[in-house]
Amino acid sequence: MTDLNPSNAQAYTPVEIMIVAAARALAGVHTVFVGVGLPNIACNVARSTVAPDLELIYESGVYGAQPARQPLSIGDPTLVTGATSVISMADLFGLYLQGGRVEVALLGGAQIDRYGNLNTTVIGSYTDPKVRLPGSGGACEIAINAQRVFIIMHLKKRAFVERLDFLTSPGHVHGGTTVQQPGIPGKGPQLVITDKALFDFANAEREMQLVSLHPGITLDAIFAEMGWKIRMAGTLSETTPPTADELAIVRGRLSSGSMSQSNIASEA
Amino acid sequence: MIDKRRSLKEAIAEYVQDDLSVAIEGFTAFICFAAGHEIIRQQRRNLTLIRMTPDVIYDQMVAAGVARKVVFSYLGNPGVGPLHCLRRAIEKGIPVPLEIEEYSHYGMVGRYLAGASHLPFFPLRSYFGSEMPRVNAQIKMVNSPYGDDVVAVVPPLNPDVAIIHAQRADRQGNTHVWGLLGVQKEVAFAAHKVIVVVEEIVDESVIRADPNRTLIPGLIVDAVVHVPYGAHPSYVQGYYDRDNAFYLVWDALSRDQEHVQAWLDEWVYGLSDHAAYVRKLGTETLERIKPGVAPAASVDYGAYR
Repeated sequence: MTDLNPSNAQAYTPVEIMIVAAARALAGVHTVFVGVGLPNIACNVARSTVAPDLELIYESGVYGAQPARQPLSIGDPTLVTGATSVISMADLFGLYLQGGRVEVALLGGAQIDRYGNLNTTVIGSYTDPKVRLPGSGGACEIAINAQRVFIIMHLKKRAFVERLDFLTSPGHVHGGTTVQQPGIPGKGPQLVITDKALFDFANAEREMQLVSLHPGITLDAIFAEMGWKIRMAGTLSETTPPTADELAIVRGRLSSGSMSQSNIASEA
Repeated sequence: MIDKRRSLKEAIAEYVQDDLSVAIEGFTAFICFAAGHEIIRQQRRNLTLIRMTPDVIYDQMVAAGVARKVVFSYLGNPGVGPLHCLRRAIEKGIPVPLEIEEYSHYGMVGRYLAGASHLPFFPLRSYFGSEMPRVNAQIKMVNSPYGDDVVAVVPPLNPDVAIIHAQRADRQGNTHVWGLLGVQKEVAFAAHKVIVVVEEIVDESVIRADPNRTLIPGLIVDAVVHVPYGAHPSYVQGYYDRDNAFYLVWDALSRDQEHVQAWLDEWVYGLSDHAAYVRKLGTETLERIKPGVAPAASVDYGAYR
């Protein structure tokens, strides 16, 4: 939180512009499948701004949560109190997710490749791991069944890799039309939101491409953090900086919980 | 009517034997730490521990050496970080090598559902493009017998013992739950033996006054155990909040196996039962995790004679 951007009237941190960009991407969305930490804040900001009808769905089995505090975990009791409905996990995954009721899911991971495939399982080999990560949680079926997937991750060379150590949750798999095959009803990753730039997959190969740089970020700064030669969109934009109103909501949310830097990435 | 009330010591001694498979469920809520601690205290060995999210309780149990295998879908300290003891066991074989069997959340849910309803498998739309089937041969793909479609399937899971924590039950084990439902019902129906641990034992009339809230019928319950604060440091909706300070303390101390051993000596082996643990927690902690009130409007079921 130290590198405040001095070039704008409204100084903001990389995490704050990331949250705001994610919130804006939820404009007009009605149902979002959300984890705790940064995605949770983004959804609550969206509900206060561009998506007033947004219903939050948590994999712990809550539909229409309106948490009074920043949830400490995916199963925080604040998600239950005041929610529209509490549902068993069988109904959550079967009826809500697999039934196609989730418009957007927010996911993250330790590693991502050019097709938006995610690794949350292991660094190193599966049988002899260097670092054992949490695993899928619900991410694999969420990636497959949500109508659209937005990925929120910090742009780091060790995370944006040429080759995943393990493919936990499919994005566009090998690119092209993979996700239109039977077995994957959702449209897969549409947007990658980072602290430095935005990426999408709007090309025939479904390959990640750079679409928007955050203010003050150079192309070299992007290239330096990517494990492959990133494709460029036809038009490269600059991300609109957070407004004073957006920042006020984000900061209100950030301060209403004991969130550490380590747990804001995402929790599947 | 059979009175199924037991002490936790009796229930664990009777139903949780060495080499069995045990599911202490509860998705980030209603996690029966009291039962996990009693299993450690009774020095069970070679257990297969089953839980969607192993959480701090299985971190403690694995560190204490009760397990040979863990079956799971999310191996983290929810909202905090990694589970250091489980990682030590998996990455370095400390204190003993640990076998793992891994699914996604819906895969685990489906396994319980198939186990509970005597089906040979459960079909789900997951795992396509994922490497999980490569490292777990139990996850397979099948063609639909009704047309051009393919689905993943997972096998049934029938734990030897399920341990469920809840707000209240009567002496026959008819159990009321409100808050996150998780997979409590599914794992209870799937298991061969079921231990229900509750904050309060109530009269049968309390259960019958609100049958929509009965998640688990006494029909499938073998033992009912009264253990107030039995889910601490996780939480019970309306009774107490998650003790997040403890989750953070555990994150720090569990990085070192010696510190874990000292914690187990002080908080598990050194105490006779969970009542002693609650006394040791002290009133300040209990006051800190006490929630405010948010009662539901009551409903009228109507009387029909």
